[in-house]
Amino acid sequence: MTVRDVAVEAYREALPALSASLVGGLVAGVVLGGMRAELRAVPGLLVLVPALLATRGNVYGSLGARVATALHQGLIEPRVTAGDDRLQAAAAAALANGVLTSTFAAVAAFFLLTLLGSKVAPLPILVGVAIVAGLLSGIVLTAVVVTVVFAGYRRGRNPDTLVGPIVTTTGDVFGILFLLIAVRTVLAIAGVF
Amino acid sequence: MPTEWTVRAISRAMLPVLLVLTLVELGSGLVLGSFESKLLRYPSLLVLVPVTIGTAGNLGSILAARLSTSFHLGTLSFSPADDELAGNAIATFALAVTMFPVIGFGAWVLAALVSGGATLAAQTVILVALTSGTILAVLAVAVTLTATYAAYQFGLDPDDVVIPVVTNVCDVLGVVVLFGVVQVLV
Repeated sequence: MTVRDVAVEAYREALPALSASLVGGLVAGVVLGGMRAELRAVPGLLVLVPALLATRGNVYGSLGARVATALHQGLIEPRVTAGDDRLQAAAAAALANGVLTSTFAAVAAFFLLTLLGSKVAPLPILVGVAIVAGLLSGIVLTAVVVTVVFAGYRRGRNPDTLVGPIVTTTGDVFGILFLLIAVRTVLAIAGVF
Repeated sequence: MPTEWTVRAISRAMLPVLLVLTLVELGSGLVLGSFESKLLRYPSLLVLVPVTIGTAGNLGSILAARLSTSFHLGTLSFSPADDELAGNAIATFALAVTMFPVIGFGAWVLAALVSGGATLAAQTVILVALTSGTILAVLAVAVTLTATYAAYQFGLDPDDVVIPVVTNVCDVLGVVVLFGVVQVLV
């Protein structure tokens, strides 16, 4: 293949997935743009955003890749109702790792910002937001990733090529959406006490 | 050897990597925090943040996945004259140059419709997006080639190592480049 052929093929193959994640990223951006009051109310929250979004991508991308490989190898049935032990373990591990990593991000951000002398919200607020957001987005992303990979596989699609675009698109949208819900919930609870 | 499918085994394989990547991502969070007041003043720039990070990471991860497949198939050589390498690098650049103006325009329209707040001119937001995207494409190619080459030198499977490293490094670069471009243009 000539350079031109390679470039044209690579461009065509990447465009649909990139376009899907572009739409997801813009939707996430609009939600973030609508969160300005919360970002002002919780200093340090914006610092957490890249880490939280990346955690969603890393954890649930890895879950999707694992499920896709297992389907290729015939290790699991492409049915959620099969109640496979291994699938449940993989989902539980993803959820646990997602919540743990989000919590770690909140604690590390708090200490980094304190060290730098920047304004930062109280530790319980940041940790609370990270846990609630990690849990809610984790449950939804696990369901979405497993369901879509299974459905795609049953329709004869290669699950490997489905995982990336699904996770980046839904990860951004649900990541930010549940962050907003988490901040509002935690601020409401903190307001009561 | 594949990881056993238990919560403990999966966590043991993943958590250390996740925690290190989180620290790296917090670095980009700090950069974001350093121009927070500008982002909060102009919602169209805030709308750009997730999509710029995401697209930069995607450009890198798609290139990394393609290069590691070529590498496994034995069709890749690390020479500037290599067709596979040059073609993929050109495609990454072309994707950035076509996607980022759309991203900029989309962010401007959505911010104007939904977010309110102070508005920047559409051409400013498009220029910020396109400039960031062009720089990011060059960086994504450089980072991916370096990471793939390093994995090859150390005898690691590029599939395991390169994609997470490239995606997260490109995420961080996305924020850093956006910061630099906004400082200059807005």
